[in-house]
Amino acid sequence: MIKFLLKGLLRDRSRSLFPVLIVAAGVMLTVFLHAWINGAISGLIQNTAHYQTGHVRVMTKAYAMHVDQIPNDLALLGVDTLLTSLRKTYPNLLWTQRITFGGLLDVPDEKGETKEQTPVAGMGVNLLSANSPEWKILNIQPALVRGELPKKHGDLLIAEELAQKLNVQPGQKATLISSTMYGSMSFTNFTIAGTIRFGVGQMDRSVIIADFSDMQQALDMQQGASEILGFYPDDLYHEDIADIMVSGFNAHFTNTTEKFSPVMETLRNQSGLSDYMDLVEKFTRLILVFFIFVMSIVLWNSGLTGSLRRYGEFGLRLAVGEEKDHIYLSLIIESLLIGIAGSLLGTAIGVAGAYYLQVHGFDIGSMMKNNTLMFTDIIRAQVEPSTFIIGFLPGILATLLGSAISGIGIYKRQTSQLFKELET
Amino acid sequence: MKYLFWFALFLPLTTLWGQTLSGNEILKKVDQNMFSENKILTSHMMIHGERGSRNVEAKSWQRGTKEAFTEFLAPAREKGTKMLKLQDMLWTYSPSTDRTILISGHMLRQSMMGSDLSYEDMMEDPHLPNLYTAKIASEETVNGRQCWVLDLTAKKEDIAYESRKVWVDKIRFVFLKENLCAKSGKLLKTIDVREVMEVQSRWIAKSVLYKDVFKDGEGTEFLIDSIVLDATIPEYLFSKAALKK
Repeated sequence: MIKFLLKGLLRDRSRSLFPVLIVAAGVMLTVFLHAWINGAISGLIQNTAHYQTGHVRVMTKAYAMHVDQIPNDLALLGVDTLLTSLRKTYPNLLWTQRITFGGLLDVPDEKGETKEQTPVAGMGVNLLSANSPEWKILNIQPALVRGELPKKHGDLLIAEELAQKLNVQPGQKATLISSTMYGSMSFTNFTIAGTIRFGVGQMDRSVIIADFSDMQQALDMQQGASEILGFYPDDLYHEDIADIMVSGFNAHFTNTTEKFSPVMETLRNQSGLSDYMDLVEKFTRLILVFFIFVMSIVLWNSGLTGSLRRYGEFGLRLAVGEEKDHIYLSLIIESLLIGIAGSLLGTAIGVAGAYYLQVHGFDIGSMMKNNTLMFTDIIRAQVEPSTFIIGFLPGILATLLGSAISGIGIYKRQTSQLFKELET
Repeated sequence: MKYLFWFALFLPLTTLWGQTLSGNEILKKVDQNMFSENKILTSHMMIHGERGSRNVEAKSWQRGTKEAFTEFLAPAREKGTKMLKLQDMLWTYSPSTDRTILISGHMLRQSMMGSDLSYEDMMEDPHLPNLYTAKIASEETVNGRQCWVLDLTAKKEDIAYESRKVWVDKIRFVFLKENLCAKSGKLLKTIDVREVMEVQSRWIAKSVLYKDVFKDGEGTEFLIDSIVLDATIPEYLFSKAALKK
């Protein structure tokens, strides 16, 4: 029967071509959007983890409450002990300590007077150890634009955009003006070792990176750190494992009455990322539901048009004794074949388009100038196993639904009227 | 007995005289009492933060309202840090970097040495009659002293504290308490004078507790260790060159 119906569809293109094209277009759009959103979100999660939150982050309770203000007066103290404990208790993660800070970078003229001054967002990370995981996590080597990587205490990396704005070259001196952990103003001289560009708008606007121990000294944070970050070695965020780990850590270490006791948080629960990820998930679902709904209406309409054209055919088939159920079933099977063909075609085109964007990406840097999320300037689609099946079900479902609704007309035909109809 | 008679005669008169003073006149008298052309003072600030207290010692030379030079003496980390106020400009020198840096813009609103005082507080014109109009709101007793409570309203915009409520000692014409508020009326800082002292016929706050209401901790105690009014101050101090000496 399927072979018979397939032949019919192939021979009568008006029955197959238009519905297949509609389904293919819808499926292609769904597949492409899904891969695109996936890519954008994966990039956002990865960048947020690398530059901001880690996959899990340990802070003091008080720091966590005001984390957006970078309150180093509420930073962790005794971090070496805590770090050792974390490495021992959770050996599967890479643990690293960081100091985040804000301040002004002041570039002197030849007399030592301020020539240029601009606000900066800084990170103190372990740069002077060859074994530091930060080289890989922050992707520092490939990000180097000019100069060289820090080799000694007092070396500083600054964003290339910032270097251009301040008109400074590698090798020049600059003074960081910031606040110590105790609120005093701090002044620290650095040598600009090199300039960097991560391709993440928010970082490239104003970031400076200094060695962790230099920043401890500069901000009077002996044995202190803003936060300790944990990363999974495969660089993927494993939410379920992270949730269990966070519950275990907080139950063991967090004292509910002590505001400086350490608390661990997952990537998802930080920086408003959970709201954002939930929103994206809802948005993706909405696209799929909307696609099925619109496609169903279009295919219903297409089915009605086809039924009208095949009005005589159905009448003849009923007149020669074919059951209404059988005709309806054949219509459904036809639509199933159309749905499969359309979905295959749509998925193929959608995946091809997404793969192209996965390789080449799309530069949205100019649109992200004032963005505060960790989006990369070049957004890439991400093709993954789910990309191949995400459009399939909606494609087939929409076709079936369209045909099922339009095919109901078959049951409204009166056998007694058939010959009269055929005569006209 | 004769003295008692004269005292009894003049007591109601002085009280009457006191009551007839307007808010602005009281503010002027406070200004006349507190303000001296030149002064040299050594002081220390006990900053009570969330993680303990810190002691910061400093020596200041002040000439008029527009010029001041301060050198921090302790703790070791701050020792040698100097600040120079000339007109509306404020420079700071840090010996560790050997740099003189102009403090401007939003940096002025930052806490000075982690205290409850901001650099903007340092830059403020100490002649309050120039900045505010005063009205007597009520009378209260503070630390056992009879006080006028004055409501001060800024005469111009672009001022750190749009309004203030001050408690003025009726006899000594010194502030015993201040509430500093934003334009919205929200309380920003409180100042409590814990001890006053008489220096060269003037009453001056010796021990003051500053509290920034938005900061955790128990505030900053400011204590004057020594003060010389109308002192002779060398001219060279009020130059940027003095910062590096």
